[in-house]
Amino acid sequence: MPTINVTTESGMNAKKFALWLFIVSIVMIFASLTSAFLVRRAEGNWIIYDLPSALWISSFIIVLSSASMHWAYVAAKKNNFPTAGKAIVVTLLLGLSFGYTQFMAWSELVDQKVFFAFANPGGSFFYVLTGLHAFHIITGLLYLLVTWYKVNNNKISSKNIIQVEMCATFWHFLGVLWLYLFVFLFMYH
Amino acid sequence: MATLDIHAHTADTHDHHDEHEHEHHEQGFIAKYIFSEDHKTIAKQFLISGLFWALIGGSFSAIFRLQLGFPDANLEWLKPLLGEWIQNGKLDPEFYLALVTMHGTIMVFFVLTAGLSGTFSNFLIPLQVGARDMASGFLNMLSYWFFFISSVLMFISLFIETGPASGGWVIYPPLSALPQAMSGSGLGMTLWLSSMAIFIVSSLLGSINYITTIINLRTVGMTFTRLPLTIWAFFLTAIIGVLSFPVLFSAALLLIFDRSFGTSFYLSEIYIGGQALHNMGGSPILFQHLFWFLGHPEVYIVLLPALGITSEIISTNSRKPIFGYKAMIGSMMGITFLSFIVWAHHMFVTGMNPFLGSVFMLLTLIIAVPSAVKAFNYITTLWRGNIVFTPAMLFSIGLVSFFISGGVTGIILGNAALDIQLHDTYYVVAHFHLVMGSASFFGFLAGVYHWFPKMFGRMLDEKLGYIHFWLSFIGIYLVFFPMHYIGIAGFPRRYYSFTSYEAFSTFGDLNMFISIAAITTLSAQLIFGFNFFYSIFKGRKSTQNPWSSNTLEWTAPIIPGHGNWEGDIPHVYRWPYDYSKPGAKEDFIMQNVPLSQTPESNLPFEKDLALEEK
Repeated sequence: MPTINVTTESGMNAKKFALWLFIVSIVMIFASLTSAFLVRRAEGNWIIYDLPSALWISSFIIVLSSASMHWAYVAAKKNNFPTAGKAIVVTLLLGLSFGYTQFMAWSELVDQKVFFAFANPGGSFFYVLTGLHAFHIITGLLYLLVTWYKVNNNKISSKNIIQVEMCATFWHFLGVLWLYLFVFLFMYH
Repeated sequence: MATLDIHAHTADTHDHHDEHEHEHHEQGFIAKYIFSEDHKTIAKQFLISGLFWALIGGSFSAIFRLQLGFPDANLEWLKPLLGEWIQNGKLDPEFYLALVTMHGTIMVFFVLTAGLSGTFSNFLIPLQVGARDMASGFLNMLSYWFFFISSVLMFISLFIETGPASGGWVIYPPLSALPQAMSGSGLGMTLWLSSMAIFIVSSLLGSINYITTIINLRTVGMTFTRLPLTIWAFFLTAIIGVLSFPVLFSAALLLIFDRSFGTSFYLSEIYIGGQALHNMGGSPILFQHLFWFLGHPEVYIVLLPALGITSEIISTNSRKPIFGYKAMIGSMMGITFLSFIVWAHHMFVTGMNPFLGSVFMLLTLIIAVPSAVKAFNYITTLWRGNIVFTPAMLFSIGLVSFFISGGVTGIILGNAALDIQLHDTYYVVAHFHLVMGSASFFGFLAGVYHWFPKMFGRMLDEKLGYIHFWLSFIGIYLVFFPMHYIGIAGFPRRYYSFTSYEAFSTFGDLNMFISIAAITTLSAQLIFGFNFFYSIFKGRKSTQNPWSSNTLEWTAPIIPGHGNWEGDIPHVYRWPYDYSKPGAKEDFIMQNVPLSQTPESNLPFEKDLALEEK
């Protein structure tokens, strides 16, 4: 059941294009939340806390995972699917450890007595931003899993390249999104 | 979906594929009508669901209009329907608020967003750009079924003991955040938020699909400047949706956290019965900013498709090219852009900085420019046209009328100084019901009358259509024109009753008049309901191109199969508005007619293009 029609007037791949639109809508969610953060912060009555040190580690991990994802993409382009599969597994593991480090960051905050609920929104915003990003990381991990499965089981290589390419786009986006949130939190926590 | 390519194959190797083809066309009932991936079926699903919700939303307004028009009447006879919501022959005041809230929610989101955009974007985009189906039929199906789940949740909320959400369709906290505030802010509000979160997912899936299809799946020759204005309108609507609905999602998410997880994004220093709540440091104004960042573009999500449909119908039935095709596109783009930077004009009375207020006021008033361009273009298209008064045409002209008379009061309300006086009065209610509610609903009806033959292969009855039009058109003006006076007199909206205030003793009879007009107008919609369902089965059979229209959908078979065109997709050689072209044999030339076939009517620059075609 191919669900995508052939492209006609323009040469773009419809699936890739839809992915970009999906990314735009995620950008809007985070843009609105960070704007809400700034608007609320400007009103005062706002707690200050130390940014958890685990965030530096998680940022490093997610940059690494982007690199390994790029490795998968390059390998797929060269029709070297066994290597691409391995690189995807590496990305998956790095993604999981990113999630774990984020969780560590939450515990660090709890140790500082900065809570999600029954507390100043300054702290709650931190949990919402990181939590919502973590939710997207989980969807990204599922996407990686599906891609890994297809790369291992699918014989048609051109289809695989698009699959890996789209997965890489989404994963890089999640990385960039995290770096944005990290810089944002670094500046305004 | 495998059927898509079959026709192309069978053209040359027909006999080999006969059996094979037959297999593919035999979809089961469920695949064909329920979990269908065919854009035409999905469009009809949205249409029927939208009509169902319109019936509910309309009946709600009839009930609260009864209360407003006849505050002393005995409503005991409604007891079988409303049960405990009628106490001693009186409507429960909290239920009145629930009715108002649900009327707004249902009409804005379920009828005029899902019902209008969902129906016509789905139905017309592939047919008018020349595509076999949407970019992703699967996501399209998901979009409908997410909408369905969201509908079910909202529907359930109507029947729970504490009542549905009652804080107004804008659900401002703290009213909507605290169950102590009103009974509707309990389970009803939870269901409202869950339903809307799912609705947003549905809307995003739909919008992403529409944009992708329009950009990537246009047929050969269908450049952006040859797209029908309907498609331009759906395209820009979808862009607004992708950019603004996620923001409503953020607003709703933070409200969910506040309600159920004990955070304080919107709540601060609230005392209930002398007891302080734990919430500290929240900002209710923050919610309003987030809400109206969607809320204002939402107005155009509702209106733009109706305007697009109107452009198409007015041009076709005036037998004239649309006046100012590129100006129409430009003004729609202008409206799209401006719609994102005017949201705070809903918040002039929140104590915002007056300087900021004047910035938003200026931006708001600028919207009058592209809107006026559109209104003038409609009128100049009609001017000296060879007008065919089909029911669809009448409804389109009605839309232009509402768009102007409702839009003019928008200029008044856009002024911060005047808005502070008129804010939250019936003047506002009258304004947006004309310009956004009635105009969009007329666009919706015009679309149904115009494309019914393409949807069901039969015609709607014209006489009933005329009766429906005149009753609705006159009725709507009788409802909303007097409402302006009530608003100027200072009557606040959402009040259960005005009888206890001496200041409001004056307009009782006018309110009664409005109620009678409203209930009559609503009853007139039943004529349409009958016409619609009767004609699906018993209507007069349609011809292939009943309105002598130019766009591609009328080149498809009367009832298009899955894949829309048998054989190749038609190519496009001209814009969609070649009506009454000087020298042409007929008063319309369809988009798929090559320029080289019409040497008698080609304009000088088209002669060169015609040579290139060969």
